[in-house]
Amino acid sequence: MSEQALLPTVPYIKIPDSGDPYLEGYRCGSCEATFLGERTVCSKCGTRDQMSTVTLPNSGKLYSYSIVYRSFPGVEVPYISAIVDLDDGTAIKGNLINVEPDPANIEFDMPVDVIFADALGRKDSEGNSYLAYFFQPKV
Amino acid sequence: MTDAYVVGVDMIKFGRFPDRTVPQIGAEAALLALDDCGLTIQDMQALYSGNLGQAAGMVGQRILHEIGQTGIPVVNVANACATGATAFREAWASVKAGLYDCVLAVGVEQMGKGLLGGGAATKGIPKEGLLGSSTMPAVFAEAGMEHTRKYGTTFEQFAKVSVKNHHHSTLNPKAMYQIETPLDTVMNAEMISYPNTKLMCSVNVDGSAAAVICSEKKAKELGLMGRAIKVRASVLASDPWQQRDLVMPDVNSCTRRAAKEAYEMAGLGADDIDLIELHDCFATAEILHYENLGICGDGEAGRLIDDGEVALGGRIPVNVSGGLLSKGHPLGATGIANIYEISTHLRGEAGGRQVEGARIGMTHVIGLGSACALHILEKV
Repeated sequence: MSEQALLPTVPYIKIPDSGDPYLEGYRCGSCEATFLGERTVCSKCGTRDQMSTVTLPNSGKLYSYSIVYRSFPGVEVPYISAIVDLDDGTAIKGNLINVEPDPANIEFDMPVDVIFADALGRKDSEGNSYLAYFFQPKV
Repeated sequence: MTDAYVVGVDMIKFGRFPDRTVPQIGAEAALLALDDCGLTIQDMQALYSGNLGQAAGMVGQRILHEIGQTGIPVVNVANACATGATAFREAWASVKAGLYDCVLAVGVEQMGKGLLGGGAATKGIPKEGLLGSSTMPAVFAEAGMEHTRKYGTTFEQFAKVSVKNHHHSTLNPKAMYQIETPLDTVMNAEMISYPNTKLMCSVNVDGSAAAVICSEKKAKELGLMGRAIKVRASVLASDPWQQRDLVMPDVNSCTRRAAKEAYEMAGLGADDIDLIELHDCFATAEILHYENLGICGDGEAGRLIDDGEVALGGRIPVNVSGGLLSKGHPLGATGIANIYEISTHLRGEAGGRQVEGARIGMTHVIGLGSACALHILEKV
């Protein structure tokens, strides 16, 4: 039985037919601001129709975080919710994994890699599986 | 343009009222505010009603169904946690513009218990705990940790905010809680989202507050200038573009923008402010706003809480009401409850928590999304 293709958890995860998954941003041709998700107007400078897609880098640095102990039913805790500045300056949020969730082990600006993996086994109402991104300390 | 004055203002004691309706809870504050200035609903020319939970539910009209269907225009306002302050500001603007000379603003909310933010997926799979957290405690923890990153602010300093505000609320009979919470109690409480423990999260409560706003001419005609509070500045700002907007709701730049505008409008500086009610939805947030509102320099907020400058009796007391952390945070009511608190001090009627000699005060709220509303009030 062939494995069912994973769907992207969010639209800015791109899964090409061949090659590795990647994150896609939209960059304003006028002011260079980068966004996650498709758009036609830049909310920084207001320029229209100058957006083009860019492949976002797969590495960055930890900007800020919280260790989440209380969440909604079914969400495994504790986990680290992290804000990461990618190498091109684009900020994204995700789970920081493969680090003990203890402030003593988490340093601001620690280098991280963006990795892609199954979305913690979560499936939608039709039974589809999803691909998510995570951060882990750069090795 | 005329000056606008708060002539009547009040709030109910915040609590949990599951057996009452939102309009009933709002009506109670409306009547209290009218009684505060001896006016009736027949004297009101318009109603500005703030409520979030039933934003599509015509809450303002239903309040009038409770207290008097006089046929006046009603505007229903929703603006996240800035809802009440936005309703107040719309009322103020209508008087400033000369459209009306006596109007009512009401803010009301009925809350459930539990976490806010990070709701269920609308399509696909839930993202909570998969792509980080969108719960409010986590979002404000991340905003606080940004301050830690910049200035080394500690878990203990954040926790001290909660110690202070809970202490203040022991002097406020209208606060949800009147309980002292020593530092070790705050720091050892259940960790919700580091560095915010349960006692560092605002309390979800039901509540309402209301204000009657008059033009100067009308207030004089009615003989209400004796306890009237002048609105020196009213400012509303949305979040200007920031690089991390998409993943980190911005509470800082819109507060800074609003503060700058408010000081300019009032012709005042931060040094002129005697007390502040600011948006301590989480203990981490209060620290940020000391700097955002300019009551200290960037990087000095930790020292401010350590030195007690923001406690009752200090240089500039903050959240003497107990704040959202202990008075409670009924989203749509909070902005007007802040107006009540400041007005009560400026009138010298705050009892055991009175800030002595208070003449000018400021209120601040942030609705994530984002909306910042600031008011500067003065007793003339």
